[in-house]
Amino acid sequence: MPVSLEGARRIYEALKACNIRLVSALPETWLVPLLRLVEADQEMRLVQVAREEESIGIAAGAYFAGLPSIHVMQNHGFLAAINPLVSLAMLYKIPVLLLISYRGSWGERDPWQTQGGLLTEPVLRALTIPYYCLRREDDLTRRLKEAQALALSALHPVAVLLTREVLWEDEEP
Amino acid sequence: MLRADALREIYPELERRIVVTIMGAVAAELYALGHRPNFFYLEHSMGLASSLGLGLALALPGQQVIVLDGDGSLLMNLGTLTTLARYRPPNLLHVVFDNGSLVSVGGFPTATASGTDLAEMARAAGMPRVLEAETLAQFRTAVTQALARPAMTTLVAKVEASAPASYRLDLDLLENRFQFKRYLDSLRSSS
Repeated sequence: MPVSLEGARRIYEALKACNIRLVSALPETWLVPLLRLVEADQEMRLVQVAREEESIGIAAGAYFAGLPSIHVMQNHGFLAAINPLVSLAMLYKIPVLLLISYRGSWGERDPWQTQGGLLTEPVLRALTIPYYCLRREDDLTRRLKEAQALALSALHPVAVLLTREVLWEDEEP
Repeated sequence: MLRADALREIYPELERRIVVTIMGAVAAELYALGHRPNFFYLEHSMGLASSLGLGLALALPGQQVIVLDGDGSLLMNLGTLTTLARYRPPNLLHVVFDNGSLVSVGGFPTATASGTDLAEMARAAGMPRVLEAETLAQFRTAVTQALARPAMTTLVAKVEASAPASYRLDLDLLENRFQFKRYLDSLRSSS
């Protein structure tokens, strides 16, 4: 059951199409192939954070400076970043594009991921953060561009959730 | 050393540079010296001023960014020292006013009052340059040195736990945000 390299490559290409120049991230298993592609790209800068909260500060700095950015984290990391999303991004009307690996949802086999999985979408809704769960058949570039456009016009965080079917290759469902 | 005096001492250096402050006393005292469109006061999100400064410094390598942080804020996001040290933008000066107190929110002592050494923590995190100041003259010299020879720097300045006469800024936070954004946009379009 490896991480889908094809899924990672499709997401990377969507980030390129969005002209993403700065990617902050807290790496985790699902995200490693994607972040390797980002790291190898001379036109993108990968900033690896110690804690997801930092990413929201970096997002604000990059936005003020006019540099298109995206902030990659696991859904549990998103839960760790709630306060800065509220009291920096939303308070100051900063568009933050979040790319969140959606652990603990359909097909999850690790029990420890499931509580965060159950809460991810309810918390996003409570925060009024628009979100979209990517599907394997989606045009990922289109979906990422739409998320980026909405964040910039609403001056608000927007989240794209990386589901298991996009990022993981199960031996059998 | 009073933080207000330290800010007054370096105000001429701040006038022309991108400045991010934490909330509370630092914001109020800098504002009282004279607001500029290149000053952003992060009126919440304690701990993230340095992360915001990192984003600015990485995105604008031709501009000097100065973050005015505090011990209470930095203690809420110690991981930032490791991230700053790792990416070490040479155009970022991280000033930490250490008064050993949560002075803006009731005055409880912070861990630096009982021995935590933020300068040592910055060194141990791998910060390229760490400076310390206990007097106005040392502070002035340290800032001059940091700005003259670019390198990612954390400057820990020991100050008294003094509070400003007023914490009020006659500037709505969104007004500050849009003004700051417009200032940075104008920098990019003129460069």
